[in-house]
Parts: sequence; structure tokens; C-alpha cells
Amino acid sequence: MAKTAVARQGKRGGANELSPEQLKKFLRDMLLIRRFEEKAGQLYGMGLIYGFCHLYIGQEAVVVGMQAAAEPGKDSVVTSYRDHGHMLATGMDPKGVMAELTGRRTGYSRGKGGSMHMFSTERKFYGGHGIVAAQVPIGTGLAFAHKYSNDGGASMVYYGDGAANQGQVYESFNMAALWKLPAVYVIENNRYGMGTSVARASATGDLHKRGAAYGIPNEAVDGMDVLAVYEAGQRALAHARSGKGPYILGVETYRYRGHSMSDPAKYRSREEVSKIRSEQDPIDRIRQMLLNDGDATEEEVKKIDADVKAIVTEAAEFAQQSPEPDLSELYTDVLVEA
Amino acid sequence: MATQILMPALSPTMTEGTIARWLKKEGDTVVSGDVLAEIETDKATMELEAVDEGILGKIIVGEGTAAVAVNTPIAVILAEGEDAGSIAAAPAKAAEPKSEPAAFSSQHSTQAPAKSPAKTSPAAEPDYTGEMVTQTVREALRDAIAEEMRTDERIFLMGEEVAEYEGAYKVSQGLLEEFGAKRVVDTPITEHGFAGLGVGAAMAGLRPIVEFMTFNFAMQAMDHIINSAAKTRYMSGGQMSCPIVFRGPNGAAVGVAAQHSQDYASWYGHIPGLKVVAPYSGADAKGLLKAAIRDPNPVLVLENELLYGRSFEVPKSSDFVLPIGKAKIERAGKDVTIVAYSLMVGVALQAAEKLAEEGIDAEVINLRSIRPIDVETIAASIKKTNRIVSVEEGWPFAGIGSEIAAIAMEHAFDWLDAPVTRVCGEDVPMPYARNLEALYLPSVERVSQAVKAVCYR
Repeated sequence: MAKTAVARQGKRGGANELSPEQLKKFLRDMLLIRRFEEKAGQLYGMGLIYGFCHLYIGQEAVVVGMQAAAEPGKDSVVTSYRDHGHMLATGMDPKGVMAELTGRRTGYSRGKGGSMHMFSTERKFYGGHGIVAAQVPIGTGLAFAHKYSNDGGASMVYYGDGAANQGQVYESFNMAALWKLPAVYVIENNRYGMGTSVARASATGDLHKRGAAYGIPNEAVDGMDVLAVYEAGQRALAHARSGKGPYILGVETYRYRGHSMSDPAKYRSREEVSKIRSEQDPIDRIRQMLLNDGDATEEEVKKIDADVKAIVTEAAEFAQQSPEPDLSELYTDVLVEA
Repeated sequence: MATQILMPALSPTMTEGTIARWLKKEGDTVVSGDVLAEIETDKATMELEAVDEGILGKIIVGEGTAAVAVNTPIAVILAEGEDAGSIAAAPAKAAEPKSEPAAFSSQHSTQAPAKSPAKTSPAAEPDYTGEMVTQTVREALRDAIAEEMRTDERIFLMGEEVAEYEGAYKVSQGLLEEFGAKRVVDTPITEHGFAGLGVGAAMAGLRPIVEFMTFNFAMQAMDHIINSAAKTRYMSGGQMSCPIVFRGPNGAAVGVAAQHSQDYASWYGHIPGLKVVAPYSGADAKGLLKAAIRDPNPVLVLENELLYGRSFEVPKSSDFVLPIGKAKIERAGKDVTIVAYSLMVGVALQAAEKLAEEGIDAEVINLRSIRPIDVETIAASIKKTNRIVSVEEGWPFAGIGSEIAAIAMEHAFDWLDAPVTRVCGEDVPMPYARNLEALYLPSVERVSQAVKAVCYR
């Protein structure tokens, strides 16, 4: 496999040489998402989380690489309902996220949003949207606001291969290109829109190339390689910030779990999943690289794992111990009371 | 044979216009297709083309004449060899910009729209004692936007044709000039996209005013209005807000048939997380739109194309704002309550005048706000009159009238002396033909009949 070569090349991190500390942070951030999602799956199985719950396992390198390229507190982020990873990557508190999953008053939406609807204005995370592709015009509006306010920020708009066939994506491309809005569209192509493969849903498979119709620069990215994502994210953000308009990244990734918790996943073989897990797993790749290059010891790596587990365990306990919302909360937050 | 040229109706809703300029003078030879004059309506300047050949014998209405009613003779075309002496006998013929099939009688092409609304000026705002100006609803809306934009840099207007064209219905006249292209933004024809973009901008802290050319087109944007704008406050546990105004003409215009003639009051009124207002008068338009722009929530402002050109007395002050959620008693009465919103307030007021001649003293409530609805004013009126008739352009099923009926039952049941009665648009798509269109819409006659029925007269 060429993964080591890719990783070594990517280790330069684009404009900036990546330090071992930065590489370890990638490992830590991806592990946090993975362990968090595994715990969420567990709590779902116990009936503590209900409704829809879409896990991000397998796709961790995408949001971790992208957000490492972003400026926290300056760039906005918006995504679909598969959003737990994005919230953690923007620095939202795992306790608040998990407590929202369990529908508790300490959750980010005080138990009224659930898995698909969480926000943090502090972290500039604007959801968490349950309607496929609705986040794309919204994210374009965030970019509009960045330009209008001239605050130097960019909007990072994540959507999946399923959403890529919604018309509103292309309405957004048109306006973003027309008005040169600082938007980075990140297509998380995990190969399946629910149970339908890209080949069965999309006339053309290179979803990022659809931006060419609007004159938007675009490129394909290996979404199982966090360094490749990080580099591409830097390029895309630099372009958006320069006033040249939007940029599209077609990130090839894979989700190991079903579309949601209730997905029997009959549309793909077990072998397909296990092959990708064993050969391309983004967490294994960065861990191996750190160890092979002598940038981290076995002990350090184990400690990262243990620290992350402790955070997730604490979040799960918090999410189970927190009380449910007060019944009076049913009627609050419908409108802003002027 | 001499032919009169009549003031043409250049849009379905035009009732009068200004002769801006004659491009031909008396004695000039004209051929079919020559531009005779420029005519200004309240929305646009249009060219009047000659239909007939001949000599421009006489200009009856000179340049610069304003408020020339549709169908007024404005000039006479003489045939070859005729002199101005034959002018007196000239038959009417409109110089319509588009020709119509010969089988159609000239009646169709020259008459003003059948339902050109009568002017009714409601009383000035009781709480407002400042200076009033006579303004069209269109001007009042424009002033509301401009006044608010002057006070808050975060406010911007976006929509199709709002900037350079100055609004498809000329509501945004002068705004591009005053505020520039950054704050008055022409969008592509992409309702789903720009409604969602507006929501995102509002979430980020801006104050968008999104104009839909008409609310019929906003069905393409419905998902963002409801799922993205209305529900976000709740879904975020009160963390997020979406201060956005969606505005534009709602309901039927004239002759535009099913897909362009729908009243969305009950659609938006259904949704928690939205506020919905429907202005009737110029003061309503100014006061409610300003309130909507200042409101920290998503607000739908359901305007009406047929009201845009109507003049009212409007408070001049830029501090004039109306409270959302408060109805206005347009006409006090003791025998029966008629509740209506938007254009139908005018119909209700006309019906009330007619009924007064027959000894029925009707109270007319202008709802102004659909959501929240002013239960207090409605219930108090029923307790006084003991009878209520609702009037709306929308369909009867699950309409605003149904809600009025529920309010009457829940808040004033013991005071009712007759069943709550609804006058609605008929339960069919809007037809095109003039006679069917008129039959579809609530009329003064239908309102009067309903009122008499609940009065057992």
C-alpha cells in the first residue's frame, strides 16, 4: 500500500510543517469521535437514545482534517444530521452533546433538538439539519454574512453524496460563485445515500466536478487520510478567504455503520466494510505513522486512547444522570420574546 | 374614420396613469407600431403603440397629466383625408399594446379590470397623533424598509428584481440608489436557494428582508421557511434565533389564474415559530412591516398586489410601528361582527356601508396579524354583537375562518346568537375567466348575504 508514502508526503501539512504534537492531536480528535460514537451506539442499544441516530464512524478524518485547517471562532460550520463528529471537532463539549442525545436538560438544545439538531453559536456551529441538503443554502448564507460583515471568516458547508443530488445545492453554487462568497463545500462521499450507492443515484460519480458548471474550483480528496484532508482544507480555505469565491472538496470516505441505527445494511457486503476498515482506517493510519516515524511511543498512544475513553465515559455518565427537561419546557423557546 | 385612443390598462391592476410624454405631435402621420406616448403607471413607464394608421388628429390629454383613468380618450387618429371636424363623432378604440382576436368584443380589451377596488380610507390610527401623509401602500412599504435600513446596518433586502428593476411591483423604488448593491441584492430566480441563504445569514446575525415576487413562488422555499427558520429557535433550546422577514404579495391579483392566486395565510398561520401579518391599509403596511423587521423572529408579511396602488392616510413618523398580534376595529358596530384581513377588509367595509343602509350596524375587525391572532378583540366583539362572519380569500377547509370559528366557540360560545359563518374563496383552484374569477372570490354581495343570514334577516 502507498499509504505510508502518502502520509509522509502529507506530514508536511501543506504550507506548515506539522509537529508531532499536531499529529497526535489528529489522532486524539479522531479517536474522541470514534469512541464517542461507539458509546452513542451502545446507549442507543440500551434505549437511552432513541429516534434517529446517525453515526460518523469511519469518516472521522474528514471533519478533523478540515477543522484543523479552520480558524476556530472565526469560520462557521454547518452540516447534516450526521453531526456528532462535527460538533466534537469544533470543540463543543462531549457532555453537552451526549446529554442532548439522551434528551436531557443539560444537552446543547436542552433536550429539544436531539441527535440531528444541535447548535453552538459560541463555536460557530450552526447545526445539525435534518432535511437532506438544507444546510447547503444555509451555509451559503453563513458565507454571505462573512462577506457582508467583512470578518475574514469562511463558511464550511458539509454535505453527503445523497444531498449532492438536491437542486438547492446547485442553487447555492450559483449564488456563491456569482457573489464570490467565502464558502468551502465539503462533500462527504461515504458511497451510500442511505441504502443507495452513488452509482445508482448519480449520473456522474465525481460529485465535486459538478462545481465546474459554475466555475468553482474543485478537487478530489482521500478522506481516509487526515493529512490529505488537512492540506486540501488549507487550500480551499485560503481560496475562499482570498475573495475568489467558493471551493469544493470531493472527499472520498466511508461509513462503517449503517445509515442510522435501524439500518440492516443489506446493500453492501460485510467484506466490503471489513476490507476498508482493515486497509484504510484513518485512525490506524495516523497511529501507525506516529509509531513508525518515532513521533510517538506506544505508551503515548495508549495514553491518548485512555484519556479519550475517560472523556467519553464521563460524557455518558453525565448524559444518563442529568434530569430530563422540566415539563414546562414544552412551551418555551418557540419564539424570541422581544 | 376617426378613431379615439383610450388610456390603456397596461397591467391587470392598473386603474389610472400619467401621460409622461407624447412622442408624436398633432398632424404627424402614424403607422401601426409607432410609439405614440409614454405612460407612467405606479410601477413602470410603458410605451403606448399605435394600432391604427392615420394622422394624429388631436391630443386630448396633454403631457404631464396625472391620474388619467383607464379608458379615458386621450387622442384621436384621423384616417387619410379626414379633418379634425370629424373628431366629435370618433368611436372609442383603445391602442392596446397587444392586439386581441377579432372575435373578442372591444369591451374586453378596453374595460378596466372588473374589480378595480373602490377607495376606502380607514380612520387614522387612534393612538397616533402626529403628521399624516397620503401614500400608496407601495410607498408605505418602501418607506418602512428604508427607515429601518437607515437605523441598522445589518438589514438588507434581497429577492428577484428588487435592486436594479426596483421591484417587480415597484415596492423597492429608490432603495438601490440609497443603500447600494451590498444591501439591496438582486437574486437569481432561485427561491429555495435564496430563502435558505437568507436563513443562514439571519442565523449568523444579519437581518434579511427576503422578498418573494409573489408568495406563490415561495412554495419552493417552504422547507426553509418552516424547517429552517421557524423551528430553529425551539430545536436549539433557545440558543439560536432567526430574525428574518419574508414578504411579498399574497392572494389573488387579477386574471392570473390558479398558480398565481393563492392565499397562504392559513398555511403560515399554522406554524409555531412564525409570526404572520397581513396589512390592509397604508398605515398597516408601514407599521406592520417595520414591526416585522424589528422582530427577532421569522415574520411573514403577506401583502396584496391590488392594495399596492391604493392610497391611504399614513403616519409620517419613522417611529410609527404597529404591534404584531393586535387587530384593529375599522368600523365600530353593534349588530354583527365581520372579521377580515388584507384586501378583504375593504370588501367587509363596503359590505358594512351597504348593510347600514338596510339598518344593520356591522363592526368590522381588521385582523392585521394572523399569528398571533388577536383573540381578545375578536371575543370582545362577539360578546357585543353576538354574531360573527369571517371573510377571507383563502379556501374554507382549515382556513382562517375555521380558526375564527374555533375562537368563537372557545372564548365566546355563550354569547353567540347564530352559527359562526365563513365567507371564503370557493373550494376550487382559481379560474381564469372574468366571470368565474368573480364568482370564486368573496364579494360585497356574498358578505352581505352571510351577514343577513346570521342576523336572521
